[in-house]
Amino acid sequence: MSALEDLIASGKPVAGKADGARVVLDQSRWRIMAEHLAGGIYVLSGLWAEPGMVHAALLDGTSGKLAIVSLECPGGSFPALSALHAPAIRLERMIFDLFGLVPEGAPDTRPWLDHGRWSVQHPLGAATVGAPRRQYDFLAAEGEGIHQIAVGPVHAGIIEPGHFRFSANGETVVRLEQRLGYTHKGIEALFRGAELAQAAKLSGRVSGDSTVAYSLAFARAVEDALGVAVPQRAHVLRALVAELERLANHLGDIGAICNDAGFALLQAHCAILRELVLRTAQRCFGHRLMRDVVVPGGVAADLNALAYRELATLVKEIRQRFPDLVELYDGTASLQDRTVGAGIVSPALVRQFAAGGYVGRASGRAFDVRRHVCYPPYDQLEFEVPVLEAGDVNARVWIRIHEVEQSLRLIEQILGLKVEGATHTRVPSGSGEGFALVEGFRGDILAWVRLEAGGRVARCHLRDPSWFQWPLLEAAVEGNIVADFPLCNKSFNCSYSGHDL
Amino acid sequence: MRRLLFKSLIKGPLSEPRQVVMDRSLVASADRLDRAAHKRLGRSLSIRVVDAGSCNGCELEIAALSNAFYDLERFGLRLVASPRHADVLVVTGPVTANMREALERTYFSTPDPKWVVAVGDCAVDGGVFGQSYAVLGGVSKVLSVDLHIPGCPPRPDELLDGLLWLMENAAAGRAAAR
Ligand code: SF4
Repeated sequence: MSALEDLIASGKPVAGKADGARVVLDQSRWRIMAEHLAGGIYVLSGLWAEPGMVHAALLDGTSGKLAIVSLECPGGSFPALSALHAPAIRLERMIFDLFGLVPEGAPDTRPWLDHGRWSVQHPLGAATVGAPRRQYDFLAAEGEGIHQIAVGPVHAGIIEPGHFRFSANGETVVRLEQRLGYTHKGIEALFRGAELAQAAKLSGRVSGDSTVAYSLAFARAVEDALGVAVPQRAHVLRALVAELERLANHLGDIGAICNDAGFALLQAHCAILRELVLRTAQRCFGHRLMRDVVVPGGVAADLNALAYRELATLVKEIRQRFPDLVELYDGTASLQDRTVGAGIVSPALVRQFAAGGYVGRASGRAFDVRRHVCYPPYDQLEFEVPVLEAGDVNARVWIRIHEVEQSLRLIEQILGLKVEGATHTRVPSGSGEGFALVEGFRGDILAWVRLEAGGRVARCHLRDPSWFQWPLLEAAVEGNIVADFPLCNKSFNCSYSGHDL
Repeated sequence: MRRLLFKSLIKGPLSEPRQVVMDRSLVASADRLDRAAHKRLGRSLSIRVVDAGSCNGCELEIAALSNAFYDLERFGLRLVASPRHADVLVVTGPVTANMREALERTYFSTPDPKWVVAVGDCAVDGGVFGQSYAVLGGVSKVLSVDLHIPGCPPRPDELLDGLLWLMENAAAGRAAAR
C-alpha cells in the first residue's frame, strides 16, 4: 500500500461517498500528512476550507491517485501545513482571510486576499465587520545600495492587476515579492446556494482564458457528485473545445513572449493564427472563447458536417504556417539571447510546489492530467507529454510549441472519431460531493463541489494552477535584471483572476 | 525570416474594413463630447486599458484588436501605456473593492478632456459577480461612463465599432457643452 492509501485508510470516510474519496483525519494524522508533503511522498494539489473544517487535495504523482482529506477545526484553528511545506503558505493565508480559521504555527500570517477594503471580515466564516486598513509589510531586503521598485496594480500593458515589489541592486533583482488579490470577486460566496446552471456560468468566468477548462472541471465534479455518466459524444466534443482553447492560448503566448523580448514579427504572425482559431470557434460553437459550451451533463452545442470541414481546414492551415514561425524563433539569435537562460526555475522547486502545465514540464516535472490521471476521451487518443529540463523562458516556449503540435494531432484524431449519439444527458437534482482534476492550457485545475438537496451548490472551490506557479515566478526572477521581468512573467502567464477568486 | 517577410509581401493585407455592429441605443451619454475636445483630438484617440477586476476574458479580446485583422492603429486608435497619455479609459470587469482606489487614481491621472468606456457585461452592471461583498458593481458605480460595450466578452469587431463611434462623435463635436 502506498503512503497515500495508508493515510486514507487511517481516516474516517465521509458518509454518502461510495468510494470513500474524502476522509476525515485526526490531528495527528494531519500532522503526519504535513511531514509526507514536506518529504515529497505525495503532493499538495489544493487546500481550502469551509466553516469549521479544512480540506486538502493530495496527489500521488506515480499512480495518479487523487484523494481529499479533511480536518475538523472546532476551536477555529488547525495545524499549519505551511510550517513544513511552503507551497501551503498563500493557501492558508487565503483560508484565514475568507473563513477566519487560524493556521497554527504558520510562518507567514499577513493577510492575502483581504486588503482591508471589504465591508466584512472573514466573509465565508463569521462575517464580522470589515477589518480596518493596515499597512502591508513587504519582506525586507537589506544591503548597501538596495532600492525598491513598486509596480502595479495597474500595469502598462493590457494585463490583469497585481502588485510587484522589486528589491534591486542596480539592475539586478535581489527579491521580487508579489501582492495579489486585487481581482478578488468573492466567487466562493457567489457559489453558495447558486442554481446549477448559474454556478456553471460562474465557473466559466473564474479565469476567462481557461473558460473551457474551468467549465469542464466544474461539470466533471458535479457529475462525480451525482454519479452522472456523460454520453461518449459529449466527451469527444469536450476534448475538442479543450484542445482548441489550448491551441489558441499557446499561440497567443508564444507570440506575446517573443514580443516582450522585442521581437514583434512573431507576435504578429502568432496573433493571426490565434485569431483563426477563435474565428473558427465562433462559427462552430457560437462563441470565440467557447464559453458556456461545456455544461454539467455534456455540452451545449453540436457540430454539423460543415463545422467538421472548417475545423479540418483550420488544422491544415496551422500545420502549414506554424513550422515557419518555429524556425524563425529557433533561428533568431537575438531573440534566443533573451530567452535562453532567463528566468530559470529549478526542478526541485517545481517538484516541491507540484507546479503544473508548461511551468512544471519545462523544469522536468512530467505531469499532465490528461495522461497521468486520465479522463475520457484521452484514454483513446495518442499524444505525447513534452518535458524539458532547462526551466528557462526558452524551455517554456518550447513546451508550448510542442503542445501546439500535440493539440493539432489531438484535434485531428478527435475529428476522425466517428462517435454519434446524444451530446447531453439530464442531470438529476440530487445532493452529494464530488471533485475533478482537469488539464487546462496553464496546468491542472482542481474542482471540488458539494451539492445540497434540490441540486443547488452548497460549496464549491476551484483551484487555479497559478497558485503553485506564482511563487515560483518570484524564484525565477531572482538574479535576473529588472528589464527581463516582463519576459519571465509572460513565460509564466499566471492567472490573476483565477488565483484571486 | 526573409522568406516569411516575402510571403507577407505578396499575400496582401489581412486587415478588414470596419463593420457597424453596435446597437446605437446603448450609448450612455454623449453630452460630454464637445467641440473643444474635437479641436484638441482631431481624429485620433489614445486609449488606456484598466482591468478593475475582470476574469481576463475581456482583456483577450481587447488585445486581439491589435492583430492584423482589426489593426486598430490604422483608424487612429492607439493603446498607450500610461493614463497620463490617454484620452480614453477603457475599463473592464466589475469594480472590485480591492481595485477601486487604483481605478480612481488612474482616472485622476488622465488629463481632461477624457472619456470612460465600460467594456463587457461585468463593467456594465457587475455581471455574474454583481452580488458579492467584494464587488462594488459596474464601472458607473465609481466613474461616470460615456459608453458601454456589452458582451461577455464583446468581440473585437464590436469593440472596434464602439471605439470608432466614440472617436467620430468626439470629432464631430456633436453634443452640447457639458
Ligand atoms: S464580461 Fe465576461 S469576459 Fe468580461 S470580465 Fe466579465 S465575465 Fe469576463
